Order: sequence, then structure tokens, then C-alpha cells
Amino acid sequence: MSEQQAYIDSPWLDPDAEPFIKVRGITKKFGAFTAVNNVDLDIYRGELFCLLGGSGCGKSTLLRMLAGFEQPTSGSFSIDGVEMANVPAYERPTNMMFQSYALFPHMTVEKNVGYGLKQSGVPKSEIEDRVNDILKLVELQDFKKRKPHQLSGGQSQRVALARALVKEPKVLLLDEPLGALDKRLREQTQFELMNIQEKVGITFIVVTHDQEEAMTLSTRIAVMDAGQFSQIGTPTEIYEFPESRFVADFIGSTNIFEGRVAEESGDHVTVDTEAGPVLIDHGMSVQNGARVFIALRPEKIQLTKEPPVAAGPNQAKGVVEDIGYLGDVSIYRVRLDNGTLVDVTAPNLVRPKNRTHKITWEEDVYLSWSASSPILLTK
Amino acid sequence: MSKGRSPFLTWMLVLGMAFLYVPMILLVIYSFNKSKLVPVWGGWSVRWYVELFQSPEVWSAVMLSLKIGVVNATFATILGSLAGLAMVRFGRFKGRTLMSGMLAAPLVMPEVITGLSLLMLFITMQDLIGWPAERGFTTITIAHITFSLAYVAVIIQSRLVGMGETLEEAAQDLGAKPFRVLTDITLPRLAPGMMAGWLLSFTLSLDDLVIASFVTGPGSNTLPILIYSRIRLGLRPDINALATIIILVVAVGVAIAGIIMMRQQRQRDLELSRVSDG
Repeated sequence: MSEQQAYIDSPWLDPDAEPFIKVRGITKKFGAFTAVNNVDLDIYRGELFCLLGGSGCGKSTLLRMLAGFEQPTSGSFSIDGVEMANVPAYERPTNMMFQSYALFPHMTVEKNVGYGLKQSGVPKSEIEDRVNDILKLVELQDFKKRKPHQLSGGQSQRVALARALVKEPKVLLLDEPLGALDKRLREQTQFELMNIQEKVGITFIVVTHDQEEAMTLSTRIAVMDAGQFSQIGTPTEIYEFPESRFVADFIGSTNIFEGRVAEESGDHVTVDTEAGPVLIDHGMSVQNGARVFIALRPEKIQLTKEPPVAAGPNQAKGVVEDIGYLGDVSIYRVRLDNGTLVDVTAPNLVRPKNRTHKITWEEDVYLSWSASSPILLTK
Repeated sequence: MSKGRSPFLTWMLVLGMAFLYVPMILLVIYSFNKSKLVPVWGGWSVRWYVELFQSPEVWSAVMLSLKIGVVNATFATILGSLAGLAMVRFGRFKGRTLMSGMLAAPLVMPEVITGLSLLMLFITMQDLIGWPAERGFTTITIAHITFSLAYVAVIIQSRLVGMGETLEEAAQDLGAKPFRVLTDITLPRLAPGMMAGWLLSFTLSLDDLVIASFVTGPGSNTLPILIYSRIRLGLRPDINALATIIILVVAVGVAIAGIIMMRQQRQRDLELSRVSDG
């Protein structure tokens, strides 16, 4: 891929790209409580950007400030080069899809979707056409005359999406868009949402607490904690290269071992941890003897009954204490000889019945992992 | 115990209901009494109803009460709704706590005091600016509005709190200016509450004797005032008939208000359950 092509897919890498949404030093206080604490953020045109975090981390407050429902205590932001501080909610080039959908209960689907266009004085015949088009996009053209209480959860969700999209806003804000759907529908809708975003080409900002949703949907994710960003990056970066224990722990599951740097050289690092010596195959700027953390994903650990051929780093011995069968994978909780617990996931490639080397409770097992898997964290 | 309600509970229910309703039932029955002497049963008849409708005094009292009721309910609903909106939707403005207390005060103030203080106000105003020139329809209506609007404000506030602000935000987000949000979203959603408030104000006004008798003037008799003044001269069968009609009207009003509020509650539960199960 040429560099130019790479920039089209990932504009945040292009040093010359102008961010579409610029957030600068935004702080929001509710009394003594600081919901959002001095954050900066650049979002580029056409991105599907996720704000991910637990409840109370400030992600919804940030979204509501973008929509104009809350005024920042300090700081500023602009959309497409226009400063938003003094623009009221009803004049902003944003539309929001609410967590509760917020469909107007006394209006039909058609009226709900057309409401925004009516407010901007679009002629009646054009409203009708655009409403029809957008309802076709979300596959609800037969539900025009229904009232919101006659719709299922999934249908309400799509009406809410259509209503937010029909005005073709510069930015679509989605607050937990799939939160109220059941798991099956949620997975299906995730892909629909991505397809629709690609079709309409509008910049999406999604707030969610569901890390799986964020991983599937987004071009980039901002992990939020206590009103600040812990890390901003692509799903792969966030998952494979978390910058802190919080992010490593929040996204997916992970084993975290405390340790001290035993040897540090240009192309590798060795750390003595509770799980034995860990070798990392790339250099890091850490001091010998420094206290650090090693994060190791459960799926990156191999579990065998046979002892390793040679002694060395990146392996450990333990006893299976618990097994969680999830269908596609099983989680093995292994207690190492020194008492440390390590989670390991292994795909169930064959049915458990047919397994020749079935690993079961109270069995001695050996763990090993590649030198590229451990992540060294200093915070 | 699972075989049914204990007899004790059943008896308590019967006694309690009897305590509440036997007097009214007796009154209704005696309104159909043929005899001119109230305590003496002389057979069924509707003559007192006929007589009642032929009495110009009664008619003018009915008309005055209805007129006051309608005007009062309308103004109280408008003012009470505005007050409720201000309390719930305008954030923490200066003097909000004071206003909240003052809005609720008429609900707990003894009627005698409300009546007396309003009378003093009207007299003082008449001295100072010459208005109201005479006490009657205008003064009673104003007096009724003062306490009715407090009830409306309470209903509207609870409705607004129950509604939440999300729909208004959604409308604003779609480009509706504040006034459009009010007319397109807030008012239609408030309509059932406003209707309930209107009916409640109407029945409150129809019932009121104490405040009205303070602020009324010569010749302006509302229905309760008329009944009271006639009763003072002894029990009369035509008053029984009149009371029966009032019971009927009030019961219907309260029932309609109750149904509206119940529907509203059900609608709200429905919306809530939809949000939670998706």
C-alpha cells in the first residue's frame, strides 16, 4: 500500500491532515465532581470513533457537550473548522441517536423521521422523498404509519438511527446505540451500522461501555477513565499494545504479573515476575531493576501436558484449578507452583469427547508463550 | 388463611365503606322522597328535582358556580402549568426554593386564612385603585385560581419529572427551536396532565364554600353558598336533590381525572419497560 493510500484509511497518521472535530482542553464540572478533565481529541472526517469506558467515566458527558446539551466548564471545540461554543444545540451540525431512542411517542415513524427536516424548512415533497429513502436504507419502509409503541426494540433502534441520519449531519453522535438490544440482534446490528456508515460517509462518534462493540465498530477507540483518555488508538493497537494496566485489563481479559527488569538490552528485555522469567523480543526504554508489569493475554499462552524440551524463559508449570467451557473456547485457570493464578484460553478444536489429550482438573500442565506476546507496562 | 380473606378484614372493609358512603346514599335516597318533611319517608318521587329546576335562585347559583369553575380551571391550568415548567425545566434559578415553598403553601394553608387574607386584599385594592368595584364572580374566581393553580403545578411537576428531558433534547437536536420544542413535544406530552389538572381545579372550585363565602358579595351566591344558607333555615328536600346532582357531577369529574392519570401512568410504564427490555 502506498503512503497516500494508508493516509486515506488512517488519516490520523497523516501529519498534514486537518482534524474534522477538534477538542481542546475541555473540562466539565458538576459541582465538586469533575466529569471530564481537560481532554484533547482529534477526530477525522469519515471516522467511526468510539468513546469507551465504564459508567461514570465521562464519555456520555463529552458526547452531550458535543451535541450542545451541556456547556463545558472550560475549553473549546470545533466541528469542520467552526467553533461551537456559542452555537445552541438546535443549530449544531450534529445529530444524536439516544440510548433510549427518544422517539416521539405521539408521532408516527414517518413524522418522527421527518421532524428534523421539517424544522429546517425543507419542502414537504422533499421531506417525503428523503424519509422514504432513509427508511428504505434501514429496511423499515412498511412501518411508516406505525407509532413507536407498535415497534420492537430493534425496529425502534433503526427508526432512531434513520431520524438522526436523515438530516445528513456532519457528525452523528450515538449514545450506547446497541445497549438496549439483545446479544444476537446487537451483533447483527453492529455490522449493519458499519455498512450504513460506509454508505452515508458521515463521521460517527459512538459512546459505549461494551468493549466488544467498540472493537468491532470503530476505526479508533478512546479508552476513558475518570474523565480522561487512558489511550487513543485503533482496536488492534488498544488490544495488542495497551499503554497501561487499566487499558490492558479493560479491553479483553489479561494476566498481569508484577516484576523487576532483570536485563535490558537494545533488542530484548528480561523481567523476573511471579510467573518466572519473561523474555520480550524487543527493546524498551526501562532501567535495570525497575518495577514493571507484564500483561499477557490468555489466548497467547499455550497449554500442554508435555514438559517443554528445554528450560528457559517464557514458560511455567502449574496445576489446572478450574475450567470454564464457553463452547468455542475453554478458559483454564492454572495455579503455578508459587501460587500465582494464570488464565489460559484454548480453542476447542475438536469435541471434548474425542480429545485424546484432554486436559482436566487437578492435572499438571505446562504453559509457554512466544517472546513477542508479553507486553511490558510501567503504569 | 389461604382459603380467602379473614372475616375480620372483610368486616372492617364493609364498616369503613359504610362509614364513608352511607350518609351520601341516604342523602341520594331522600332526595327522591315525596314527603315535604325530610325525615319522613313518603314514597318515591322526582318532584324536588323538578322544583329545583324551576327555582331561578338555584339556576343562577348553578350558572355562577359553573362559570367560576370553568374560568378558574382554565386560568389555573395555564398558570399552574407555567409554574410547573419553570420549577422543573429552568434548572436552578435564583429563588427556586422559595418559589417551590410558595407554590405548595396554598395546599396546606387553612381555607379560613386564605379566604380572610384574600378578602383583605380585595378591600384594600378597592380602596386604593377602585378595582374590584364589587365582590362576586371576579373575586371568587381569582380566589379559586390562587389555590387551584397550586394543585395543577403539583400535577404538572410530577408529570414533567416522570417524562424526563430526553425527548425535548431529541427535538432540539433535530433543529427545533425552544418554542417549537414546547409546542411540538412538551405540551402534547403534558396534555393529559393538564386535562387532569383542569378537571381537578373545576371540581375544587365547585366544592368550595369557605373561601367563596369570604370573598363573595351581595347577590353572588355560588351553589355551596346557596345550599349552606338554605340549610341554616332547616333541612329541605330540594337541597337533597341539589346535593345529589353535585355528588354526581363531582364523581364524574374525579373519575375522568383518575382515568386520565391512570392511562398516563400505564403509558409511562409501557415506555419504561420498552426502554429496559429493548
